[in-house]
Amino acid sequence: MKFFNFHLMPYRHADLDAIDQNGSAWVTYSNKHYDPAKGAELYHEYLDQMEFADTLGFDGVCLNEHHQTAYGMMPIPGVLAGALARSVKRAKLAILGRALPLLNNPLMVAEEYAMLDNLTRGRFIAGFVRGIGAEYHAMGINPVISQERYAEAHDLIVRAWTERGPFAYEGKHYHFNYVNPWPRPYQTPHPPIWIPSQGSASTIKWAAEKRYTYAQTLSPIAVVARFFQMYRDEAEKAGYTPSPNQLAWSNTIYVAETDEKAMREAKPHLEALVNRFLKMPVEMLLPPGYSNPESMKRVRAAKVTGKIMSIDDLNKTGVVIVGSPNTVREKLAEYQDLAGFNTSLTKTQFGTLPDEMTRANMTAIAEEILPHFRNRLPQGKREVQAAE
Amino acid sequence: MADHTTTTIAVRDCTIKMMRGGSGPPLLFLHGASGANAWLPFMQSLGARFDVIVPQHPGFNDSDTPDWLDNIHDLAYFYLDFMEQLDLDRVHLVGASLGGWIAAEIAVRNTYRLASLTLVGAAGIHVPGAKQVDLFLGSDEQRIRDFFYDPACANEMIARVLRPEFEDANMKNRIATAKLAWQPRAHDPHLRKWLHRIDVPTLIVWGANDRVFPMEYAYAYQQQIPSSKAVIIPECGHIPQVEKRDVFVSELIGFIDSMRKAA
Repeated sequence: MKFFNFHLMPYRHADLDAIDQNGSAWVTYSNKHYDPAKGAELYHEYLDQMEFADTLGFDGVCLNEHHQTAYGMMPIPGVLAGALARSVKRAKLAILGRALPLLNNPLMVAEEYAMLDNLTRGRFIAGFVRGIGAEYHAMGINPVISQERYAEAHDLIVRAWTERGPFAYEGKHYHFNYVNPWPRPYQTPHPPIWIPSQGSASTIKWAAEKRYTYAQTLSPIAVVARFFQMYRDEAEKAGYTPSPNQLAWSNTIYVAETDEKAMREAKPHLEALVNRFLKMPVEMLLPPGYSNPESMKRVRAAKVTGKIMSIDDLNKTGVVIVGSPNTVREKLAEYQDLAGFNTSLTKTQFGTLPDEMTRANMTAIAEEILPHFRNRLPQGKREVQAAE
Repeated sequence: MADHTTTTIAVRDCTIKMMRGGSGPPLLFLHGASGANAWLPFMQSLGARFDVIVPQHPGFNDSDTPDWLDNIHDLAYFYLDFMEQLDLDRVHLVGASLGGWIAAEIAVRNTYRLASLTLVGAAGIHVPGAKQVDLFLGSDEQRIRDFFYDPACANEMIARVLRPEFEDANMKNRIATAKLAWQPRAHDPHLRKWLHRIDVPTLIVWGANDRVFPMEYAYAYQQQIPSSKAVIIPECGHIPQVEKRDVFVSELIGFIDSMRKAA
C-alpha cells in the first residue's frame, strides 16, 4: 500500500464556539477570527510536517483546496506545492484540488501543474475537482454550470498537455486563440490525474473510463467499498481490469500505545474536525444544480449535515482508524481487503491536533504501520518487488 | 363555470404550460422564482377586467427546460416569440420579482406589442448598499418567511408550497432560478443602461418592507424608466399581489384606467 500524508491545513486556533454560533466555519464565518501571526506559524508548522512525512518514508504528500473557510487554509494550493517542490526530496507531491469550475481561465492550471511537474522532476500528481457546494457561494460561480465547466476545463487542460501548440480552443465557457503553454509537463504524456469525490456515480464512471485514480473522501468503509466496486465494474465495462493503486481511500489514522489512550487523545481534535470545521447547512453544501436532483434529494433526506458524530461512531463505521498499533494494523488490513484499495490518503493532523501530537502520530504510523503494508495488496497478496 | 383553463403551448421547440382566465385586454403575468402552479386570488380578481395569461417559464414547473436556456435574455426573447405566436396586442405586461426582470428585459428590447409595463418587486438591476437577504443560503422555509411582512401570509405560503408532492417542482424551480440569477446575483449589469428605451407607461409596485429587493430598487427603476410611477405599499413584503392583494389589484387597475383616460 502507498501512504500519502494528506493535510487539510485547518486554522486550528479557530474559536470553536464562534463557529457554532455562526452555524459553520465556511463562507460566512468572519475572517476577523483569523490572526495572521498565528496563521503564519501554522503554515510553517504544517509545511514542516509535510517535509517530516518525506523523511519518515511516506510515499507522498497531499494538498487540497477550499475557499473562505477555517476548515483549510489552502485556497491556492499551488503556493504551498511550490514551497514543497524543493524541500520534499523524495515523496510524490499531489494537489487534490484545483476546483476547475471556479476558474475563469483553466489554462492557468495547465501552466501551474506543468511547472510543478517540472520542479519536482516528475513527482507531481494532478488532482481535478469541482469543489464542494460552499465554494460556489464563496467564489460567486454558478453551481448550475459547474459540471459543464468542469468537463470543458478538464478537456482543455489535457489537450494543452498532450497536443503540440499553438492550437485554438472554442468551447461554451472558454475561448482561446492560442493554446500553447510553456512549460510542458515533465511526465509523459502528463502527470497522473487523480479524481477525489464524495461518491457521485457519474464521476466514478468517468474516472474509471479515463483510468484516473479515484479518491473517496470522508466516508464509512462500507460505503467506500461499494464505490470502489462501482469503479472496478465500470473499468471492466470499459474493457480493462484496474490496478488497486487506482483506488485511494482518504482516511484519518491516529496511533498511540493503547486503544484507550489513542481514543482519549484523538477525541477532541477529531470531533472538532467533523462537528465544527466540517459543519454547514445543507443549502451551503448543495446549492441548486450542484448535483442532480436525485442525489440532492437523497442528501437532504439523510440530513447528513446536521448530525453530531462522536469518535466512537467514526471509528466503529470505519471513517477513521484510531487505536494501538496492533488495532490499526488489523483494521487497515481488514479495510484494504474489504474495499480493495492500495492507496491510503491519511490525515495525520486533523482538526485542532497540535504539532507535537501530530508528529508523534506520524512517527508511530511510519514505524508501526507503514512497514507492515509496504508491499501488501488487497486480500493479503504481496506486491512483486520488481513492480517499482 | 371554470375560472381559468390550463393548457400547453409549443413556442418553436419549447413546450410550456400556461393558465389563462377572465376576459378583456390581454394581461401577461410573468411569475417569480417560486414558479406558478396555482390560479391565485389576485389572478382571479384581475380576470374580471383582463384576459389574464400566466405561463410557466421555460425551466420552471411543468414547462420544458430547453437546451438553449442559459440566461435571462433567452427568456426575454422567448416571450417576444410567445406574444407573436399568440398574436397578443396591446398587452399589459406584469412581472413579479424574477418575472419583473424578464419583463424589463423584454421592454428594453421591443415594446411593439405592449400597452403598459408593471414591475412588482422586480429583480434585474443592482442598487449598491441596499441590504438584501441571500435567497440561496437560507432554508426553504426561511426564504418564504423573508418574502412577507405578515408572518401569517408566510405560514399560508409554507403550507401551500412546501409539500412533498411539490418537492420535484420546487427543486426544478430552484435550479432554474440559480441558473438565471446566481451571478451576477439576480441582475444584469447592462440592463440599467437601456431602461430609457422603455416607452410605454410603467407602474412600479413595491412592498415597503421588501427584504429581498428593498424599496431603493423601486426608486432606482422609477428614475431610469421615463414615464413611470412608483407605488409603495405599506406593511407589505416582497409579494404584494399575495400579501396586499386588494391594494395591488386596485393600484394596477387604477393605473391602466388613468392611462386610457390620458390616451
